[in-house]
Amino acid sequence: MGMVRYIANKFFYMIVSLFVLISATFFLMKAIPGDPFTSEKAVPPEIKAHLYEQYGLDKPLYHQYFKYLGDIAQGDLGVSMKRLNQDVTHLIGQTFSASLKLGVVAIIVSVIVGVILGMLAALYHRKFIDSAAMVLAVLGIAVPSFVVASLLQYVFAYKFSIFPVSGFKGPMYYFLPVAALSAQPIAFIARLTRSSMLEVLHADYIKTAKAKGLSWMAILSRHVLRNGILPIVTYMGPMTANIVTGSVVIEQIFGIGGIGKQFVEAISVRDYTLIMGITIFYGILLMVARFITDIAYVLVDPRIKLTGGKEG
Amino acid sequence: MKKSKSLLLMIAMVLVIGTALAGCGGNNANKGNNAAATNAAGNEGSTNTGTATGDEKLAADQTLRVNLSAEPPTFDPAQAQDNQAHTVLQTMYEGLTHVNAETGQAEPGIAEKWDVSTDGLVYTFHLRDAQWSNGDPVEAADFVRAWKRVLDPATAPAAPYAYQLYYLKNGEEYNTKKVTDFSQVGVKAVDAKTLEVTLKSPTPYFLGLLSFYTYYPVHKSVEGNAKWAISKDTMIVDGPYTLTEWTTGQSIQVTKNEKYWDAASIKLSKIDFTLVNSGATELLSYKNGELDRAGNPNGEIPSEQLPMVKKELPNEFVSKGIASTYYYEFNITEKPFSNAKIRKALAMAINRQVLIDNVTKGGQLPAFGYVPPGIAGADGEYRTAVKDSYFTEDVEQAKTLLAEGLKEEGLTALPPVELSYNTSENHKKIALAIADMWKNNLGITVNTVNQEWAVFIENRQHQNYQIARAGWVADYNDPMTFMDMWVTGGGNNDTGYANPEYDKLIADAKASSDLAKRQEDFAAAEKMLIQDDMVILPIYYYTNNSLTKEYLKGVTTDFSGAVDFTRAYLLEH
Repeated sequence: MGMVRYIANKFFYMIVSLFVLISATFFLMKAIPGDPFTSEKAVPPEIKAHLYEQYGLDKPLYHQYFKYLGDIAQGDLGVSMKRLNQDVTHLIGQTFSASLKLGVVAIIVSVIVGVILGMLAALYHRKFIDSAAMVLAVLGIAVPSFVVASLLQYVFAYKFSIFPVSGFKGPMYYFLPVAALSAQPIAFIARLTRSSMLEVLHADYIKTAKAKGLSWMAILSRHVLRNGILPIVTYMGPMTANIVTGSVVIEQIFGIGGIGKQFVEAISVRDYTLIMGITIFYGILLMVARFITDIAYVLVDPRIKLTGGKEG
Repeated sequence: MKKSKSLLLMIAMVLVIGTALAGCGGNNANKGNNAAATNAAGNEGSTNTGTATGDEKLAADQTLRVNLSAEPPTFDPAQAQDNQAHTVLQTMYEGLTHVNAETGQAEPGIAEKWDVSTDGLVYTFHLRDAQWSNGDPVEAADFVRAWKRVLDPATAPAAPYAYQLYYLKNGEEYNTKKVTDFSQVGVKAVDAKTLEVTLKSPTPYFLGLLSFYTYYPVHKSVEGNAKWAISKDTMIVDGPYTLTEWTTGQSIQVTKNEKYWDAASIKLSKIDFTLVNSGATELLSYKNGELDRAGNPNGEIPSEQLPMVKKELPNEFVSKGIASTYYYEFNITEKPFSNAKIRKALAMAINRQVLIDNVTKGGQLPAFGYVPPGIAGADGEYRTAVKDSYFTEDVEQAKTLLAEGLKEEGLTALPPVELSYNTSENHKKIALAIADMWKNNLGITVNTVNQEWAVFIENRQHQNYQIARAGWVADYNDPMTFMDMWVTGGGNNDTGYANPEYDKLIADAKASSDLAKRQEDFAAAEKMLIQDDMVILPIYYYTNNSLTKEYLKGVTTDFSGAVDFTRAYLLEH
């Protein structure tokens, strides 16, 4: 019962947030100078007036706003104003699929590599492996992704010709962007895993397990890893949302037609419908990711209780 | 509780891996298709080798790989309005004429021959037996349909380049609803293969204009299908290649059109365009053998890497002047730049060669006029006949002029000046260098202001600036494409310049078909614009800097720097 109420409550807040998001974006977007038909070679005023009329941009702002709300209520995101006659949903679908494919691989790589690095560091606490892993982690967090990306490109694509420089046509094209995209999460996860495992390793129940005569492997897999990995699950939500929404920098450098790149382009050409469409899509994606994380907290950690509306 | 927790983890893992596998699966399927396509192309390539003549041996795989730094927003010739669209559209369409890149002359395209009336107003085109990619014949009606779509005020969205067709009699009137009957517009299909075009006034460069995309024909299937130009399945074209793949933000592919009338002279089987908006990546891809050509006009080589590239790849690097000018414009409606002497002082106090050698590094040509080299004049190039010796760089004279100008304005010193440019590493470097020259030579304080593209354009068009960066690319091969900008109230005249004498010269040139007379008018107008009034401050004439692999032949660029890949071919390498 508590669960149903909790979800209904969350859902209500999601709708409200979405509405605020849409309204704020709509008015901010219209407040920026320029419009989709701003161009260096000036379009004659008659033609421009005609275009405004056809896209309803000649109407007062509130009129445009309510019309847009009405369209969305019917699930219609409209047609791009710059990419002529292309549906916003189609554009989102096509570019998001690239970001998603890359993102999912990057998430898996981040979790696996991050956890392994963190575990090694914890198990060999204050030994060489620990220091090496943590130096790597600090580097991963500190070095910006465009530097990592360019460096990877230069070394592995150009100097050693192992991977292609850019494009997104097959498995070989995944390696470099995935590496660049997961550098930061790997570093984060490694540090997280290390500290939580160190804590668990000193817990009483591990001593008990040892005293019971359990084998070291059994203790590791049954107790240490399972408890040590908990913080990672909580980090997964925001990380997933962050990665699958696409990194402009990575997509630009590796020439991947992802949604991050598309979003930035849409803003610079003032493609109103596409800006709104991607914003709404991002909004929903982030809210759903958070929602799932909230639910996951509850299921994974019984210490967290459900109280309608308030977050644990 | 422990059990259910591990179960949840299991489920999560399965879900994640499942999604990943599904993703990979789809990808593999795509890859399979690609591989099949590559094989087919390979076969085509080898048949080409058989027909190759001379010592040059063609490569088996005739797939050209190039990059576009921006994705064309549309493949509808009526809606296109940028250079990237031009590059791709030109591979898919052919107009009545096409321009020979070397001679700059219009050559027969879909029109086999034409007659021009003695007053230069009526053109009669005789179409050859060309076919659309679905086998339908290309007829005069296809041109009438296309031009009507461009001009029709009911077309949605309205064609932004409709004014390119204002040369037609009643073209502007029909577009702006002053004439509602299309039969009054100067284009008529006399019969299936004869097209008669009537112009508003004699236009010496009209044949060249016909190769421009706004004048391309469209197939009858576009009627009633607003979405025809976004799918490869509904794009029926009359050019050398057809669209075979388009992945948003990633790649475009065109494949040889066997139905093209001149298919025998097309050697490439495919052109793969990547859509990478990063000069550094493009250069690296080129060096790594993933691209056959890099750089302008469709791509970019980072300017800081130009000196290195020139040294490293001297046989592949080409720097070629194009008909395009980089300049600063003054807002002459406001003090202090309402004073011509102050404007001239600024123009004279810049060392353009130093700027080019140390900042732009692209081998550009210092500009002292507005019409760039490469634009046709009465006899040969305009710039050869009319030298751009309108002023010289002279700091001493600049100081004198500035002092005089300030006196006229009742000022003792020039208040801090604002120089705005749109966000770009190059514009920023140039602005900073010029601000520094002004400071050192004239003691002027200059604030450089960086603005996002649309904001910048909006400000400039509303004369909300003091000095602003600008650049102009030729639309067609005639000084008019540069000179008619500055007439009073002109759509692209953001300076506020209003000079009746200038307007008259341009109007005269527009009405005349006497080439020598026109050239005189242009020369007199340009002198007014630069030497007398210094409305704009010319900086340099652009160059195209590109890298071409030695095995790639037949890529041509025209006077404006537009590139044509259609007749390219790859040698064995």
